[in-house]
Formats: sequence, C-alpha cells, structure tokens
Amino acid sequence: MSKQKSKTTAEARKERVEKVLNELGHQVYNDLDGSRFPSVTFASRSVSNIVYDKKLQQFILGSSTVKRSAGNIKHIRPFTQLLWLAYFSRKLVDEKKTSTLRDVYYSAQAFDVEFQDQAESDELITDLEVLLGSAREEFNVFPEERSAIFGNLTVEYTVPGYEGKKLDLSSHPDGMMIGPALTTAEFRDTDAEMVLAIEKGGLFTRFIEEKVHEKYKAILINCAGQPPRSTRYLLRRLHQEMKLPIGILCDADPWGAHIAMVIKSGSAGAAHLRDLTTPSGVWLGVWASDIVKYKLPSDPLTEIDIKRIYELKADPRYKDKMWHDELDTFLKIKKKSEQEAFSRYGLSYIVDTYLPMKLELMKNA
Amino acid sequence: MVTFSEISPSEFFYRNRDLAGFTNPARALYMAVRELVENSLDACELAGVLPDIYVRIVADGNAAESSEPRAYRLTVADNGPGVDPHHVPRAFGKVFYGSKYVLRQSRGMFGMGGTMAVLYGQITTNKPVKVTTSTDGKSKHIFEMLIDIGENKPIILRRDTEEANGRTGTRVDIMLEGDFTRSAQKINDYFKQTALVGSYANLTFVDPIGRISTYERATEALPPPPKETLPHPHGVDVEAFKRMVKLNEEKTLKRFMTTHFHRIGDRTAVKFLEFAGIKPDLAPEKLTNEQAVTMVDALQRFQEFLPPDSSCLSPVGEQILGTGILKELDPEFSTVVVRPPSSYSGFPFLVEVGLVYGGKTLEPGRKLFRFANRIPLLYDESSDVSFKVLNEEIDWRRYHVPDEAPVAIITHICSTKVPYKTVGKEYIADRPEIEAEIRNAVREVLRRLSLYLSKKGSMEAVQRKINIYGKYLPLIAKFSQELAGEKRLPKYKQLIQEEQEATVAEAPEAQQVTVEVGGKESTTSQSEQAKIEDYS
Repeated sequence: MSKQKSKTTAEARKERVEKVLNELGHQVYNDLDGSRFPSVTFASRSVSNIVYDKKLQQFILGSSTVKRSAGNIKHIRPFTQLLWLAYFSRKLVDEKKTSTLRDVYYSAQAFDVEFQDQAESDELITDLEVLLGSAREEFNVFPEERSAIFGNLTVEYTVPGYEGKKLDLSSHPDGMMIGPALTTAEFRDTDAEMVLAIEKGGLFTRFIEEKVHEKYKAILINCAGQPPRSTRYLLRRLHQEMKLPIGILCDADPWGAHIAMVIKSGSAGAAHLRDLTTPSGVWLGVWASDIVKYKLPSDPLTEIDIKRIYELKADPRYKDKMWHDELDTFLKIKKKSEQEAFSRYGLSYIVDTYLPMKLELMKNA
Repeated sequence: MVTFSEISPSEFFYRNRDLAGFTNPARALYMAVRELVENSLDACELAGVLPDIYVRIVADGNAAESSEPRAYRLTVADNGPGVDPHHVPRAFGKVFYGSKYVLRQSRGMFGMGGTMAVLYGQITTNKPVKVTTSTDGKSKHIFEMLIDIGENKPIILRRDTEEANGRTGTRVDIMLEGDFTRSAQKINDYFKQTALVGSYANLTFVDPIGRISTYERATEALPPPPKETLPHPHGVDVEAFKRMVKLNEEKTLKRFMTTHFHRIGDRTAVKFLEFAGIKPDLAPEKLTNEQAVTMVDALQRFQEFLPPDSSCLSPVGEQILGTGILKELDPEFSTVVVRPPSSYSGFPFLVEVGLVYGGKTLEPGRKLFRFANRIPLLYDESSDVSFKVLNEEIDWRRYHVPDEAPVAIITHICSTKVPYKTVGKEYIADRPEIEAEIRNAVREVLRRLSLYLSKKGSMEAVQRKINIYGKYLPLIAKFSQELAGEKRLPKYKQLIQEEQEATVAEAPEAQQVTVEVGGKESTTSQSEQAKIEDYS
C-alpha cells in the first residue's frame, strides 16, 4: 500500500500553467508596446520533425521550429487565435473550470476569432500544448470521449467544490468515468497490486462481474478503444506514484496491438508531450500466437489490416523481437480475433484460465 | 479597231471613285467630312493657328423624310489662314492641285482629297461647290464653281467679294448624296478619335438631326509645323526622277544631285555618280532613257546616302496625345511612347504609341485606335500593320494583361509618305521597318502598364494587409493585456500607422503624362452657338 503524494498536484500544475501563460502575455504585450510585431516560436510538428527517442521510448519532436508572427498576414489570424486560446485557458485555470475541445471551438465565436471548423481549433490547441509544454488537460481542456476505472483505490478530489472529498473507486459497479476531476485527484489508498487496461467495455464489465479486482488485486481500466490522454496520464501516475505494474489486454489485431503500444510508448500526435507513456507496461494479449494456441474463433485480416501491419513493422517502436514476431504471425495466419472470442470456452474461461497464464508475464517483466 | 484616248485626272477619279474611298453614299459622306476637315486642320497647323473647326450636315429638302440615301449639304469651316483667292478655283476645281507637292508630313497625300469630295458632290447632285475664304479678315471671297471633268479645270459660276467679320479662314459648302443613318457611327468615331490626337483643336459637329457634339481644346500646345524636305534618293522611282529632270534648271548632274535630293553634298554626289558610272558634268537633260533607269537603279542600291532626317515629321507628341487621352477617355492609367525617327525606302517615319487602361469609358477587351499623320483610320482594321503587331507578334501574357482587360492601344505613324495599301487611306502596309518600330513601342507601353499593374496590385495587397492588421491587432492587444495582467492596452496602433505611411510613399503614378484639362466651358459653348447661327 502506497500513500505517496503526487508530485504534480492540481495546485502545482495550475501555478506552472499560469506562470507560462503570464510570460507569453508579457512577451506579446511588450512587443506591441515597443512597436514590434509579436511572434511565437515553437517546435515543428511536421512529420519530418517527429523522431523516436530510444531512451524515452516514445516519439519526440526534433529540433526544427516554426515561427508564427503577427506581422505575417498569413499568420496573424492563427496567432490571434493562439493568443485567445491562451487567454481562454488562463481564465479556465483561474476560475477552476474545465472545457472540452468542442466547447473551445464554440467559445471562440464570442471573441471574433472564430475557427473555420473544429479541426482548426483542435490544431491550435495542440499548438498551445507545444508552446506551453503542457498537455491541454493541464489548462483544463478535455476531450469528449471518456474511459472508466474500477477497483480498490481511494482518491481525494482537488476540483472546486470537492476538495478533500474522497471516493472509493470500487463503489460503483459500472466503474467511474475518468474525467477532469479524477485525473487531477490525489491517490490516497489502495490494496491493488496491478492495473489492467482493457480495450473494450464488454470485457471490462465481465472482469468486474468475475471479481478480477478481488481475485487478482487489480485496478481495472476501460480504455474504450485508443485511450484518451487523460487515461494514459492516469495510467502513468498509477505506475509511478503507486508503483503498480500495468498490463494491457486488447483484441488480436493490429489496432489492438497498437493500443498497447501507445500506452507504452505514446503516439506521434503527442510527440510534444511527456508524462503520457508507461514504457514498462506489458502487452498481455490477445496475441496473434494466442489465436493459434487457443484455437480462437477468427476473422480473416482485411486489406486495411494487412496494410496497417506493414506500417507497424516499419515503426521504430515495434523493433522489439516479441512485437515483431507477433506482427509476422498475423501476416502468416492472416487472421484476427476479438477478446470476446474466448467465450467459446465459457464466460469465465478468460478470467480463470487465460488471465492467470498471462499474469505470469507481468511477474517476469 | 481600238482607240486610245487620254483621260484627265478628274475623269480618272470620276471613273474610279472607289479607289478614293467614295464607295457608297454612307462611306462617301464620311469621306467627304474627313477630307474637308483634314484640309482645314492641315491649313491651321501649317499656319500655327489653334484650329477651330465647325462641321455641319444638313439634309436637303424635307428633313423629316427619312429615306436614305439623300442629298445633304456639308459645311466645313475653319479659322485657318484662308486661301489666296487666285488659287481657290484650281485648289478646289482641279484634281492634283494643292499645296502638297513637296515632301512634308501632312494629312493629305495626293492633293486631291478635298477636290474628290467636290467632284463626288457634283456628280451625285450636280450642284456647285461654294468656297468662302478670307486671308485678312477684312474681305472674304466667295466662289461657286463646278469641275469640268473632261478637261480637269474649274468652271466658275459666281465670284463675289464681301466684307469679312474680322476672322480669317475658309468655309466650304458642298451638296452631295449621302447616307447619314449608315455613316453616323463612323463620323462620330472620326471626330472622337481626331480629338484624341488633336487635343489642341476645338471641333464642333452638328448632325442632320441638330445634335451638337463639341470636342473642346484641352491644350494650347500646337505640334511644331513640319518642314519641307527634298526627296531622299532611296525613295525616288523612274517616273518621279524623270519629272524632276524635266523641271531641273541645273547644268550638271552633280549640281542636280545636290539641289534636288535630300542630304546629298558634293562629295556624296561625286561618289554616287562614280558608283552609277555616269559623268558628273553631264547635263541632266542629256540623260538617255537607259541612263535614267540605270541612275534610279543605282539610287536604290547606293548605300552611302545619309538616312533621311526627321525634321519634316511632326509627331503628335507625348503632351498633346496624353492630354487627348485624359480628355476623351478619362483612363485609370495611360502612357505614351514616342519612338525615335526611322526610315523605310528613303521616307522618314516615326511611330508613337499610347496605351490607355481602365477608367470610365473603356469597356473590357482590347481596342486599337489607329492614326496615320493624325488621321484616324476607321476601316479595315484587320488588314493594318498595327493590328498584325498586336495580335500576332505581342505575347500579352508576358505583360500579365488579361484578354478582357480594358485596354486601348493608340498607334500613330507619321511619315512624309505613309505606306497606305490603297488610295482610300484606311490601312497601312506591313513594311518591316514600320512593323519593328510599332512592335518596340507597344512592348514599351505594355512594360509600363505591367509595372503599373504590379505596383497597384502590391498597393492593394498592402491595403488588405492594413485591413487585416486593423482587425486582429486590437484583439492581440486585448488578449495580451489580459494575459499579462496589465492595466492599459499596449500601443499597437503605431504598427498599423507605420504600414500606412509606407504605402503612401509607394503609390504608383496613374498618369505618366500630367496636363491640365478643362477650361472655359461656358464661353466655348457661347461661341459655338454664335458659330452655328453664323453658318446656318
């Protein structure tokens, strides 16, 4: 049981973001006052500038930068929008409110800096992340999609109105939604010995029903597909602050494999961010070799699946032999299976038979 | 048995009036207006008088009757120096008589334009021409006459002298068959375009319906009158050479050469005669027919003659043409290029090209206004050398001028002998020397237009930029103030101001010629009214 206090408390994060936003404001303010066109410079997110860092085991941004100047007629609009976004975020942080990507898109219209579409506003939010070196969650902008957590873990909220309130995450059988409040909560108490990240809600519910949290002392997380950053951030915190090993269970196809990989090594789209990866996470399954070993019901790989496998084979994150071998096996058997495929051996087979064998891997990891 | 009989020049033109442009009643009316107006303009300019030309066409008989063609009375009056009464009968009653024998740039070439109009009037209506002229402003001489076509000589019906009203000038009244309905457009175009190159002239035209068009003088600058010049040796043919020899009074060929040709001195004369293989001291009248042909041949081939000088040319000039353009076309941008003089076949010539862009009067699409010795050329555009240059030799894309751009090109060719393709003087032959000069001039004006357009484009870009700054900088200022927690807005306005000042400094010049336009409208219209009453 660990009660270690989080290094990045909500208060500390707020202070840091406020400081950076304030610096940005002063820089622009002083430029204007001195009759200079303000500009910002930050790391380029172009494909050529995304490189894999072996040491960090994730993608990072390289050394090339982009400069966005208010003096440039093509830049002034996005520059203004970026600054508005900074101003908007600062207000969110100050007033301890949260917003969503969609919210931001609509809010801009009230300030005459409207975005053409949400893609444009999402793009600028990412720019601000790069510029500030903080994930958008740190300036209180959250995605729509939510994943869930269940298990023997007590958290203490830091969000306004709930400060000091505690919650046992096993108190609701559907699991608790991982939103802004949970992401910023402090971990207080747990008897869990591991975290299991599960791709889909069906298996997540099955695991709760089968009392996996008790049988294996596991905190269960429903990734709901590719897990959002707040979930990846929570996984990393659980590993770092509570010293819990992370196991990942996904479908046996290239997309499932990549969910596991993104939890471990991050995504190219978040190459400008840190603290979202858990390199020690273990891909428990379902592997391509499991399809053969357990004679799982399967579907043939589609052309898109195969194309994706070749892409992954070229990806530096998949250089590891075990991962590479699994990709090759997919290509060899040309089959894929879902987690639910184990149900052919009965509903509890996956929990009673498959899971224990896989958990051995975590001990060895 | 075939009989050969000599016909007089009058008879020749009577039989071949198509050649002179009097093809049909519509064209004939236009030609008559043109010929008489040009005679008037030439007379004024040669005398250094700012032209005041009054033209009126009145339908003969019942004006309400609308059938065309019909008889019209055409009146053209000017404020020129007048014609010496002794010359009047022959000047207006004999083909090939006139003041235009010598080589000098003038509108008329064949000395027959005015007379052709008279002749045409006579043969279509059998009415005499009436000429009223005063050289001193004290007395005016009135002639009424017919042309004896067979004999090519005037028949004077009436000759009077009256007291003049203090004005010099000449007034010609002819009766002729015409078709105004079908020539109104051309006649109006003619006046408009004449005003374009003759911005120093007052032109008044009253049409048969009584509508008055006035083209007011916009500049007091008169083009310098062209000087007379001797023929250049390269431009002489056997016939002309023989005529020169016949009229010659010099004793030797050497003297003949130096006194009858342009820019030939003793040394060149001797050198040339040596080249031709003819003795310098031979008496010119002793030349055999064969020798004459040899000499003319040698005149063409001898390469050491000096090129013709251009003092005999009278270009319209940048100022007068520029003024005309501003006055008549009110453009957004205009420019004029006057090329240096050049020559073809021994005839000096000079090309002027104006370019007009945009403004209120030009419609989209390219237009060409052609002039030769200040005469607007209105027919057969597609056979003209300028048309060929514009449409076949100029790559408009190079100058970034789109096809639908409102552009007019004005070409003016002045020469002691404009190489018209026909006597009708409507289009110019594509002599390579002339073609090259037009091409160079057109390229230059297009370069200037291209420069103007690109400057204007960048001006507009800067204005757009200022507008965008104006929209976003206040927002940036506000957001940065909030972020920084400052009490006042940063001083962002100076950034927009600096940009604005930079723009003003770069503004392109819309007119490359700047001249005063306008003036005494009320007095002019009063005097026009007086004239109309006077001449009616």
